[in-house]
Amino acid sequence: MAGDARALARLISLVEDEDPSARAALAILYPRTGRAHLVGITGAPGTGKSTLVNEMAKVYRRRELTVGIVAVDPTSPFSGGAILGDRVRMRELAGDPGIFIRSMATRGSLGGLARATSDAVKVLDAAGYDRVLIETVGAGQAEVDIAKTAHTTIVVEAPGFGDDIQAIKAGILEIADVFAVNKADREGADSTVTALEMMLDLNGTQVGRWRPPIIKTVAIRGDGVPDLVDRVEAHYDHLRDSGLLARKEEERVRDELVALLQHELTQALLASLRPGELDEWVRRVARREADPYAAAQSLVHRRSR
Amino acid sequence: MPEEKIRILIAKPGLDGHDRGAKVIARALRDAGMEVIYTGLRQTPEMIVEAALQEDVDAIGLSILSGAHMTLFPRVIQLLKEKGLDDVLVFGGGIIPDQDVPELKRLGVRGIFGPGTSTDTIVEFVREEIRRHRAGEPRQ
Repeated sequence: MAGDARALARLISLVEDEDPSARAALAILYPRTGRAHLVGITGAPGTGKSTLVNEMAKVYRRRELTVGIVAVDPTSPFSGGAILGDRVRMRELAGDPGIFIRSMATRGSLGGLARATSDAVKVLDAAGYDRVLIETVGAGQAEVDIAKTAHTTIVVEAPGFGDDIQAIKAGILEIADVFAVNKADREGADSTVTALEMMLDLNGTQVGRWRPPIIKTVAIRGDGVPDLVDRVEAHYDHLRDSGLLARKEEERVRDELVALLQHELTQALLASLRPGELDEWVRRVARREADPYAAAQSLVHRRSR
Repeated sequence: MPEEKIRILIAKPGLDGHDRGAKVIARALRDAGMEVIYTGLRQTPEMIVEAALQEDVDAIGLSILSGAHMTLFPRVIQLLKEKGLDDVLVFGGGIIPDQDVPELKRLGVRGIFGPGTSTDTIVEFVREEIRRHRAGEPRQ
């Protein structure tokens, strides 16, 4: 495993650095992906995501399942540097060859994950980890990329983080497949649960539709975490048995393909321009001699007749 | 644009509970544009080397104030060798008496920075060492 772990770690770095050789490696690994259950953990900073990931990994290990973890923290918009501190809460997992932890900086991505996160997850999936836990940056309201990457998304709440008007806003609460109300030994935990229940009631009930369960946890003591893991597993069973898993996968592949096309086409177009051609347009648009829409159209169509 | 980021593990091995220095260094390296994996207090050499392997770091910075540096540094370096990670740059700081420095350097600790070192000095040291290593230049 040690040799493999080294190769795994190196490959994730190549993916992150957008090294051309990473692409070839990912292409070879791709047929071996699609086996792991991908679980996202998101929520506001300080709700206890890392501690929860630590405890969940312990529960999975007791059930003899191997666990890959990708933990994302933000990159500084000023220096490009980052402090990746999620391992601090995962020290109990050290020394277990059935666990692989990788910290990742967002490197400018805004959706709560890094651009390379989904590829790093594929690497862990192909390496045979049974469960891959993906911890997002401390998320506010709109960081919802995780729902596209993970099969099951856990939204972590803690008492005192918002009232019931927060609970009916659009965004992060809508992507939850399972809610964890963490730090549930604190005052206000029950009203947090009630606010979430009310929000879910407003969604209405439909036969056969998954209603996100709300689990109270005290991650620091491990309380409620086996129950949380049970619900996460139940959600995956639901996805598989209802045919949603296949549909979700197709949606994910579609998004991925479109994103790749955008990237490829943009690169190809930029590479085809005369030196300085882009700069000319930039100056004209900045001086209001042209508008950005016409500039983009003109650059796209310049080659075709 | 693709680029090869510098990734560094900052760890506190041993039993002393003072991590202010380690945090100041972590912050300075972050402000210099590096990705710093911070693992917190009371790390064993085994934990440090496992994290270095999984995180694929270019360098490990150890902060030791407990006096156990002559045990902890050699152990980390030995484990790195066993895992085939001997190209990872190791440096350190904390309370390390001058007379121990030559022996630590002989073992492969590339830089030792005591109290009062400016963070700029450390950032420059890390940058230059990694630049040379990536360019394939031998370490003197």
